[in-house]
Amino acid sequence: MLANYLLSFLIWFPIVGGLGLLVIGDGGDTHSSQAKLMRVAALAFTTITFLASVALYLAFNNAEPGMQFVERAPWVEAFNVWYYVGVDGISAPLILLTTFITPLVVIAGWDSIKSRPAQYFAAFLILEGLMIGVFSALDGLLFYVFWEAMLIPMFLIIGVWGGERRVYATLKFFLYTFLGSVLMLVAFIYLYLQTGGFDLFGFMNVSIGMTAQKLIFLAFLIAFAVKVPMWPVHTWLPDAHVEAPTGGSVILAAIMLKMGGYGFVRLSLPIVPDGSAYFSGLMIALSLIAIVYIGFVALMQKDMKKLIAYSSIAHMGFVTLGMFLLWSIAADTGAGLGMTGAMVQMISHGLISGAMFLCVGVMYDRMHSRQIADYGGVANTMPVFAAFMVLFSMANAGLPGTSGFVGEFMVIVASFKANFWYAFLAATTLILGAAYTLWMVKRVLYGDVANDNVAELTDLNSREFIVLAILAASVLLVGLWPAPLVDMMNTTIEQLMQQIAQSKL
Amino acid sequence: MNFMDYIAAAPEMTLLGLICVVMIADLFIENENRIVTFWLSMASLLVTGVVLFATAPEARTVVFYGAYVSDPLSQVLKLGAVALVGVSFLYARDYLRANDLHKGEYYLLGLFGLLGMMIMMSANSLLPMYLGLETLALSMYALVAIDRHNVTSAESAMKYFLLGAIASGALLYGISWVYGVTGSLQFHEIAAALSADPGLNNLPLWFGLAFLIVGIAFKFGAVPFHMWLPDVYEGARTPVTLYLATAPKLAALALLYRVLVDGLGGLHDTWSTMIMFIAVLSILAGNFIAIAQTNIKRMLGYSTISHVGFILLAVYTGTQEGYAAALFYTLTYVVAAAGAFGIVILLSRRGYEAELLSDFKGLNARSPWFALMMLFLMFSMAGVPPFVGFLSKLYVISAVLEIGGIGLAVMMVLASVVGAFYYLRVIWYMYFEQNEDQAVLQASTETRLVLSLNSIAVLALGIVPGWLLALCIQVIA
Repeated sequence: MLANYLLSFLIWFPIVGGLGLLVIGDGGDTHSSQAKLMRVAALAFTTITFLASVALYLAFNNAEPGMQFVERAPWVEAFNVWYYVGVDGISAPLILLTTFITPLVVIAGWDSIKSRPAQYFAAFLILEGLMIGVFSALDGLLFYVFWEAMLIPMFLIIGVWGGERRVYATLKFFLYTFLGSVLMLVAFIYLYLQTGGFDLFGFMNVSIGMTAQKLIFLAFLIAFAVKVPMWPVHTWLPDAHVEAPTGGSVILAAIMLKMGGYGFVRLSLPIVPDGSAYFSGLMIALSLIAIVYIGFVALMQKDMKKLIAYSSIAHMGFVTLGMFLLWSIAADTGAGLGMTGAMVQMISHGLISGAMFLCVGVMYDRMHSRQIADYGGVANTMPVFAAFMVLFSMANAGLPGTSGFVGEFMVIVASFKANFWYAFLAATTLILGAAYTLWMVKRVLYGDVANDNVAELTDLNSREFIVLAILAASVLLVGLWPAPLVDMMNTTIEQLMQQIAQSKL
Repeated sequence: MNFMDYIAAAPEMTLLGLICVVMIADLFIENENRIVTFWLSMASLLVTGVVLFATAPEARTVVFYGAYVSDPLSQVLKLGAVALVGVSFLYARDYLRANDLHKGEYYLLGLFGLLGMMIMMSANSLLPMYLGLETLALSMYALVAIDRHNVTSAESAMKYFLLGAIASGALLYGISWVYGVTGSLQFHEIAAALSADPGLNNLPLWFGLAFLIVGIAFKFGAVPFHMWLPDVYEGARTPVTLYLATAPKLAALALLYRVLVDGLGGLHDTWSTMIMFIAVLSILAGNFIAIAQTNIKRMLGYSTISHVGFILLAVYTGTQEGYAAALFYTLTYVVAAAGAFGIVILLSRRGYEAELLSDFKGLNARSPWFALMMLFLMFSMAGVPPFVGFLSKLYVISAVLEIGGIGLAVMMVLASVVGAFYYLRVIWYMYFEQNEDQAVLQASTETRLVLSLNSIAVLALGIVPGWLLALCIQVIA
């Protein structure tokens, strides 16, 4: 009985909690007992949501290729819009990622947020519910509502609690993503007029002419490419990341970027397979540019957050590469490998980039600087922290045994089957990624203590330790034993591959 | 003429009678007791609303020898107008008292304006339509000038009056051409004449039509007949702007619908092109010029122009969906506009007009609750889900796409992105900037309550829009 409403619970429980926090407020005082209560409440809400998602994982049937935990009720009858949610092997891992990261963000912001803590935590709670909504919506309009509504809390998180140039960064973030998604709305309405409803499966089953497919693909592409982000529409990301508070950067990198990849898998590929095939060459080219060119750009960054932001763009290039390789590979040689690799890469990047931003946040809370040049020899004063940061950096560089390796390896193998040069270019990331990440580690952590500020640094407190330890464990778990994750996705991906292979003309 | 005729017009007659009572009563009320006029006006609105409910027609009833119509459309629009005028009065009360403007005239002119609107909504002939329009317009000219010692108010009232008189003249000229060609002033007879003799659909009629559209576009404030709108919005005292920006839009929609659809529906091919140009220009000019504004009333004025463009594009489609979308858009837009101007009034106090965008700086620190309410309203106007402004835009875009207007649809969504910027700027000022103004917001409990409900309505309607959409579709069909 409860299982019938589990997804709704996951979506609405944090949102209701967030609204509650918003209404009660913190009385304008950060140190009041009321503010403390709000923090505890935020942690309670996110933890309960996480536990509920564990229940979802336990009850999830890996053998079922279709949707599970489906709920369907009429919403706006005039447009034939349904409140229609469900999960499959593609969305369930992303929902787990969301519910896993959000409590960590709440803990990370525990006392580093000095102003309006209740509003801060409320924004994250509402954001969490909306993100889960995006991953579980099976009705196009419902998907769009969650997709756009998500921008509102993020806009405020960057704008209110961000750094110096926060207004510029957050307006750029909002307008870029808004511009990207409005064309998706036009595509949705077009499909609605064709099918008489917004049901995503209706969209997938209706046959569409080639010109329309190309246009719909491009409309989706703009929406998702901005979100991923793909070169050349990535420029909002470094700004947003640099100016966002730590928690905002973590959510942005760990989850919101995944929505672009998720959009390609859930919408572009099954709804317009022929359009996707037509543009797959372009997609592969853009992905390879992101991997190689953005890798070089990352190498030159002086700001740690910017460096990680660019590294995110490069890593997300693997996601889009893995997804659009399948037309270059003969079906019998396992075209699903690229897709699986892309999905694993999304989860893994969520964990690693989140952890990297948290590491920068730990240093920023102490030094109030993100410039690499202000650091040096941090390992001498913060040895425990340094150990964690080295682990995450290695994972970011794709070291075997960490989660970063699994997805990248799968995608590189798949690209080898497609074309030697794809694989050659993709594999440069192993060098570039190692170069920019480890060079940063060397400059920040190692060497002699650079200045007095670094000499006075104190190592992790227990709160920070717990957050980083949990993330470190999960990075290693996915790296050493990815089977549970891959098993979850396999059936759905196989079915998806068959669906994409059928022309819809 | 029989008794039934009077029942169909009972709401207007009730309102007129009550206005007379309030007007005479107001003469005997001392200035310090002016609040009595307020309550009497509110009671009049309530009674009118009750009469509206009681006389709700089962079906379309045409009375007074075809001059007057009572149908579900007029019913919905009238109820909306009565509610909006009531809300305007409530938001205005504290402001007027604080600024020594608390005179009976505001309420009386407001009620007379409402009477004009209700006549327009029920007009089935060009003559009552024109009479209603002038009743409304004259009340509004006087309302804008209510603070006669204020130079900008007086100037904008004069501008409004001169331009409005020219537009009325254009409308009247157009009416005379239509009458000359079709031989009737009544909408259903005009429509019948057109379908009986397709030869009438020719240059002389188009010439008259062009003048009609000029008049309608002026009343809506559509480009290129929008010049008065930002000036009047800015120059009028905020409660007057609030009044102007809400209920009269419903009357303008009635004017548009009755004249172009009920009467000249057969000329859709001709007027749709004219409407399309006006609409596209309104959306583009409204959104782009709004970016440059520093005065929030002016900014909301240009934003109104762009919203009017959406309403006109919905009508341009000429389909049932389009008309229903126009109705839905107008009804939901005026709710958001009432809330937004209500918040501007809320921020004002004695001797201080909070009409600059910078007055919104740091509102989140002064009043987190009303900052949140304004956030709802701004995101709704920007068309961001889950607020109702998104659904109304969606409906219009869907109606336009249905007749194959992909280019128009893309233009609309891109213009919405441009528009998002200036709405976001209000939120930016409220949330990301420090407050210069520390004053505590002063407002009575009932104003706070209604303003909150008004703002929450844009969220609630966005989440539970089904009944209103169904109502709009039913009313148009």
